[in-house]
Amino acid sequence: MTACLSGCLSGCSPSLLDGVGPVGRDDAHIFLDALAIMLVIVVPTILLALWVAWRYRAGNANAVYLPHWSYSGRIEAVTWSIPILTILFIGGVIWIGSYRLDPFRPLPGPAPIEVQVVSLDWKWLFIYPGEGIATVNELVVPAGRPVHFSITSASVFNVFFVPRLGSMIYAMPGMVSQLHLQADRPVELFGQSSHFSGDGFSDMHFAVKSVDPAHYAAWLAAARRGPALDRPMYDALARQSGNLPVLAFGRVDPGLFHAVAMQQVPPAPGPQPGSIAHGGREAGGRH
Amino acid sequence: MFGKLTWSAIPFDQPIPLITSIVLILVILGVLALVTVRGWWGMLWREWITSVDHKRIGIMYGLLGVVMLVRGFADAVMMRSQQAFAVGAHRGYLAPEHYDQIFSAHGTIMIFFAAMPLVIGFMNFVTPLQLGVRDVAFPTLNSVSFWLTASGALLVNISLFVGEFARTGWLPYPPLSESAYSPGVGVDYYLWAIQISGIGTLMTGINFVTTVLKLRCPGMSYLRMPMFCWTTLASSLLIVAVFPILSATLAMLSLDRVFGWHYFTSDAGGNPMMFMNLIWAWGHPEVYILVLPAFGIFSEVFSTFSGKPLFGYRSMVAATLFICIVAMMTWLHHFFTMGSGPAVNTAFGISTSVIAVGTGVKIYNWIFTMYGGRVRMTVPMLWSLGFIFTFVIGGMTGVLLAVPPADFLVHNSMFLVAHFHNVIVGGVVFALFAGLDYWFPKAFGFRLHEGWGKAAFWLAFIGFWVTFVPLYWLGMLGMTRRLQHVWIPEWGPLLDWSLAGVAILVAGAAAQVIMLVVSIRQRDRRRDTTGDPWDGRSLEWATPSPPPFFNFAQLPDVEGEEAYWTIKLRALESQRLDPEPHYQAVEMPVNSAVGFFTAFFATVTGFSLIWHIWWLAGLGLLGAFVGFVFFAWRDVHEFHVPAEEVARADRARRAARTALLGERGAEAAAS
Ligand code: HEM
Ligand SMILES: [Cu+2]
Repeated sequence: MTACLSGCLSGCSPSLLDGVGPVGRDDAHIFLDALAIMLVIVVPTILLALWVAWRYRAGNANAVYLPHWSYSGRIEAVTWSIPILTILFIGGVIWIGSYRLDPFRPLPGPAPIEVQVVSLDWKWLFIYPGEGIATVNELVVPAGRPVHFSITSASVFNVFFVPRLGSMIYAMPGMVSQLHLQADRPVELFGQSSHFSGDGFSDMHFAVKSVDPAHYAAWLAAARRGPALDRPMYDALARQSGNLPVLAFGRVDPGLFHAVAMQQVPPAPGPQPGSIAHGGREAGGRH
Repeated sequence: MFGKLTWSAIPFDQPIPLITSIVLILVILGVLALVTVRGWWGMLWREWITSVDHKRIGIMYGLLGVVMLVRGFADAVMMRSQQAFAVGAHRGYLAPEHYDQIFSAHGTIMIFFAAMPLVIGFMNFVTPLQLGVRDVAFPTLNSVSFWLTASGALLVNISLFVGEFARTGWLPYPPLSESAYSPGVGVDYYLWAIQISGIGTLMTGINFVTTVLKLRCPGMSYLRMPMFCWTTLASSLLIVAVFPILSATLAMLSLDRVFGWHYFTSDAGGNPMMFMNLIWAWGHPEVYILVLPAFGIFSEVFSTFSGKPLFGYRSMVAATLFICIVAMMTWLHHFFTMGSGPAVNTAFGISTSVIAVGTGVKIYNWIFTMYGGRVRMTVPMLWSLGFIFTFVIGGMTGVLLAVPPADFLVHNSMFLVAHFHNVIVGGVVFALFAGLDYWFPKAFGFRLHEGWGKAAFWLAFIGFWVTFVPLYWLGMLGMTRRLQHVWIPEWGPLLDWSLAGVAILVAGAAAQVIMLVVSIRQRDRRRDTTGDPWDGRSLEWATPSPPPFFNFAQLPDVEGEEAYWTIKLRALESQRLDPEPHYQAVEMPVNSAVGFFTAFFATVTGFSLIWHIWWLAGLGLLGAFVGFVFFAWRDVHEFHVPAEEVARADRARRAARTALLGERGAEAAAS
């Protein structure tokens, strides 16, 4: 059923229901379960409403007119029970689903890859602490291995979201969110911010590549040849800019993520006088 | 001298806002000139601006709401066309700095200055009439509330021409809305506009809680009140409970912005998550503040046009109060994805879906109200049936969003945008149009054109679905909200489809305008001479259309659940009206300009706080205080309407009713 519905939904571009890993698939499953439960009651209710309105239309001489009929204990018992029963089912789905798909919960299987995510105005920085490399606007992960994301923001709120991999979660300054995802097979996806973060927000999308282990090793080797992500470079990244090309850094300070999350590195500066986003707004500003 | 205000605040180099502003200013000047030429100022001042009559205030709220609905709709047309044009490599015609203001203004205007005034307008016009009383508990306060709301709306619209509006969405989440990331005046416009109108709304809430609890006519016990009065009470209780949270939260954000404090900053001990909790502790109840009176309108419509009492009245009351309480316990569903942990998410997911029980019961009760009835397919009835269809589907997608793992996929997506428009357009806006058609004859004395009304319904209904189905779909493809441009070319066709839907909606809006124009031109033919055009069941239909300013010559004495229906049946059976009462003089509150003055000074104060013109803010506050002192010193609060005038009005009403009695009696005999 999942495959069928997502097939119909997607047209030419694949939908959220077409998960490529365990989390994406389970989220989609729960979505469809809840939808099915609701449809069982919603469709008959709509049909009943339309039928009653048509059957008791003023012009219909065949319908009885009961001008005083306005109470029936039995019907009331049913009208309260139907929604209560439905919500009991949905409540079960909510309860079980919330625990099973808690984003903080590690996935079973091999040891996860660690990726640290920093949202900046308006780009994403991915640090691979185990490998000592970092990228901007490109996330590469080996297929079949769980990935543990630690997520923070260097400026305002964002949401880290790779649609077909599964759950999204907020990137917040001064805090670290945890997320566990996994792609089962090599595939090219996109990721984005799902929370508005200012004028450059529309450009806050990034490429996501799930690759087989050989490709992953090759990619790591290539990334290692990149320049170092030092403080001046980080400060340049932290300034507002959008539409950056993919960048790879071969060396990165292992403490950088922690320093950003704990705000030992000062938060990103936001709009500066003279930048487009700033637009001379102290003195009035513009539409 | 003028704080941050300089000539560069006027968008001389930006054609779209500049031309819009100039056209708006010309229209306003034109209206003012017309009023002057026709010599209407005295009449406007005496009968409208200073009026404390709940019916007049209700109509002014309605007018404000409709004008703002048009403004918000224009923003929606711009957003939908921008997104349809800005696909792939294209960037559309609205730069991000501009587009971000448009969606922020659209949401803010639609919620605070279109939906709220329209809902409160109906509460004003209808509730005292249905309760069988002559005014609200605090008539002058009511006028102050209205003018403060208008003041907020004015400030939002001034931002089009002087400065800029917020680019932070309809709820300004920090840290983005803090001065570090939004140094301009946009967020300040938002904050002060909402602060000022919010005070007006809070006073409306207090006024209507008191009115319903304290001012019912003899015999109108709680369980005899029409459903609309119950929903007015529930909605007003929610206003009193949650609007203070809104004021406090926005005040804290203002302190952060003006004095550099740290309630919600991400550093120095501030906590932006606190803002999200507080704003939604107001924000979720807010949607029920809007939708409960909408449910009230539908209850009146279903019962009247089915020719039957509301099915399961007590159940409906229980469901309303149930929703009212549970609405305050669900706010966290707006940020399941913030990582609160499974226990918290489970609790709020379940509390959210529990609300659907109350709503579900209501839907069934409306269906069973039609069951065994004689359903007249009038315009209000069409909106109500369209509502059931639309709202049930919107409720379904809402329950999906209440399931945390499902929300993890579609939070903040176009799916969410489609969901809340599904409930807010299908629930609130459809109710407002139903109510407009239903109570229009009562307010203005003539009926609206039925054909154009039906055309407007079908265009809005079809247009709605054509616009929003593609948005659900885009949400399922992963498209997030608030995008100025869309980088995935495959999404283009769906955005075009949605734009086509907006074209149908524009046609629907045009049909509404034509309906009004045609009806006004034919008003002499369309007069409602009876006061009871729909064969109504509650007390507003016992008055002439339009009702005299004192509503009732003698307060009715209610027997039974359907006050007017009982009186009507008795008259029909005996073929005559109850005996003429002994008319007495009536005391009515005198007009007052205090509302207008307070709002004038509130606008001045708000504007100067936005631009940091401190001396002017001080003057504005002083002016408002002086107005208040003048009002407090007033000696005469009421005036007498002589018994003869009351008698004259009521005898005319009785003559019309007697004629109607003859007609209805003949009809009954014939059938
Ligand atoms: C039927 C005509 C309407 C259309 C075509 C429309 C369209 C839109 C669009 C395109 C967005 C922005 C989605 C995005 O950011 O990607 C939006 C946002 C919004 N709309 Fe509407 N809308 C309509 C009516 C309404 C009404 C009647 C209300 C409320 C009473 C409303 C309340 C909102 C709110 C609160 C937002 C969120 C604004 C934000 O992102 O901060 N809309 N609407
Ligand atoms: Cu909510």
